[in-house]
Amino acid sequence: MAEWICRTLRDGGLEGEHAPALTINDSITCSLGSFVFDHILSQLSSFIDSEKSQSSGIVLVAFSRSPLYYEQLLKSKGYNVSSSTWFKVLDCYTDPLGWKSKLLNSGRIANDSLGSSVTVKLCKNVKDLDELLSLVLHRGKELSVDGKGRFMIAIDSVSEMLRHASVSSVASILSELRSHGQVSSLFWLVHSDLHETRATAALEYISSMKATLVVQPVDGLRGNSASLSLMENNLKRGKFSVHVKRRNGRVRTMVEELYVENSTVNFTPFSTEDEVISQSLVPKVQFNLQLSEKERNDRAKVVLPFEHQGNGKNIQIYDGRKSLNESKGDSEQTCFEKEDSGRGEIIYFRDSDDEMPDSDEDPDDDLDI
Amino acid sequence: MANAPPSNLLDESLGDTSGVGRMILVEDCVETSGAFVVHHLLKRALHPHSSDAVVFLSFSHPFSHYDRVLRKMGCNLSVQRDNKRLLFFDMLALDHLDRDRGKTSEDILIALYGEVQKAVEVSRSYETRHHITVVIDDVSLMEVDANGSSDLVLDFLRYCCSLTAQFGCSLIALNHGDVYSIVDQPNLLLQLEYLADIVIKIEPLATGLAKDVHGQLTVTNRNLRVDSGKSRSRVHNFQFRIKDNSVEYFYPGSKT
Repeated sequence: MAEWICRTLRDGGLEGEHAPALTINDSITCSLGSFVFDHILSQLSSFIDSEKSQSSGIVLVAFSRSPLYYEQLLKSKGYNVSSSTWFKVLDCYTDPLGWKSKLLNSGRIANDSLGSSVTVKLCKNVKDLDELLSLVLHRGKELSVDGKGRFMIAIDSVSEMLRHASVSSVASILSELRSHGQVSSLFWLVHSDLHETRATAALEYISSMKATLVVQPVDGLRGNSASLSLMENNLKRGKFSVHVKRRNGRVRTMVEELYVENSTVNFTPFSTEDEVISQSLVPKVQFNLQLSEKERNDRAKVVLPFEHQGNGKNIQIYDGRKSLNESKGDSEQTCFEKEDSGRGEIIYFRDSDDEMPDSDEDPDDDLDI
Repeated sequence: MANAPPSNLLDESLGDTSGVGRMILVEDCVETSGAFVVHHLLKRALHPHSSDAVVFLSFSHPFSHYDRVLRKMGCNLSVQRDNKRLLFFDMLALDHLDRDRGKTSEDILIALYGEVQKAVEVSRSYETRHHITVVIDDVSLMEVDANGSSDLVLDFLRYCCSLTAQFGCSLIALNHGDVYSIVDQPNLLLQLEYLADIVIKIEPLATGLAKDVHGQLTVTNRNLRVDSGKSRSRVHNFQFRIKDNSVEYFYPGSKT
């Protein structure tokens, strides 16, 4: 399913439609969103690198991590981005508010080396979203020779944008990017617990896909050590649920399991571990609360003491007085029991003729106590 | 830092701090102060075997306080300050950064950031100094200093974090968990937790006060860097007892 998302982003939108957009939501209890972001970024890089994609490059708007980080990330995946022409970074991390350039101008600090060889453009005032928008589009146009090719946009923290600007202005710049003719697709990460619901809802409206990372529910764990292992589990695992909005308004929901190992993300089909949990939920006692397979079979074989067994035979009402006449039949029955010893039986003698055959009625009902 | 062998559970849980810079958030509450963790990390950074330098921004205590505490732990801060291994900014001193000349909080913080970056640059100019640690004690008082603007404080911390990427510094920040409990969003503490690579949480025991256990520490190592080789997110939990000149760390239940 994560593959499916990447393919959708790779294929881009149709002519005259808004570009597909993906929101990745996470929260502090399951903060694996950055891993998912990195995963999608490197997947899309591989598509572009092998020229399988509609777009000719990626513009990365880096708010929460340095351009150097992304360079190393893509290098570790085997793409040399420093010489590539398909990867551009707009750096909103190093100097988002222009403090450094202010200090540099007044001569109070000197060194301004970034240590990154990717072609980086600094954004020095992230509060001015119009400027940010034009910078992003400008970077995108640099990606193709004639300036008309399509490109993808990745924003690594919309939370940071929302800290500096209002919800409406952030939403407007995002939808403007989405409707821009040259943008083939875009995706962004947002920490949903940092914002009000209206902000996350607004972002959801302007995206065609929403991936939410939630803690995998694990029941039956109690105590301090259990909560500790649960915390550790949440640092590595999560439930990756995706809502996809189709053009006609239909919403499709998919769920996968996510596991991070050695900084790489693995997706596996979601398996409900209900059975394991229900087993572990049964309290540990000295006697058996559940039947084994053999016990269950034996129980099914027991013939209940209904005089009418429903097998077409006449009702044989046992009456103590008839014992002599029935002795032959009794011996037959004992023979039958011997040949099928696995069969259980409950023997019941009816008190008197007053009692109706197979009745549930309380024999002492008429007693006035 | 790299050369000092791990000596206790806290050091073990922090792992190898050499190399790339990280941000460590120390989160305490009013019942159990996290000052001892800051002292420990400070002492560790100034260990004679290491070649690290420390830039210390103090909003809560004057230099003499830390000097006395660290001296008991066997580390002479005055000497380290004279060696220029410790750069101490006493933010309580009123004349610092010309704050009386009608400047806004933003100007003051920008100027402070300039001082920090300059200090980092100066420290790097020494051949022997490889690693610089910036310590902030504490963030909530910094917020008070910035007239309650948590956004501004966050901007400042973000800039400090950008130093970790640019110069490979480490950042250690102390913050109080309980002063934000009723504040609505956006929550500074949550933002800091997103920023941090390692969160050290200091809490009292859930069962109440005990004579020989003073509280518990939970160290969450999120380890988000790609180049860390084996990325092992780990959570450690242990208890501590503060003694006169040292702190004892032990696993729950192992204390007789």
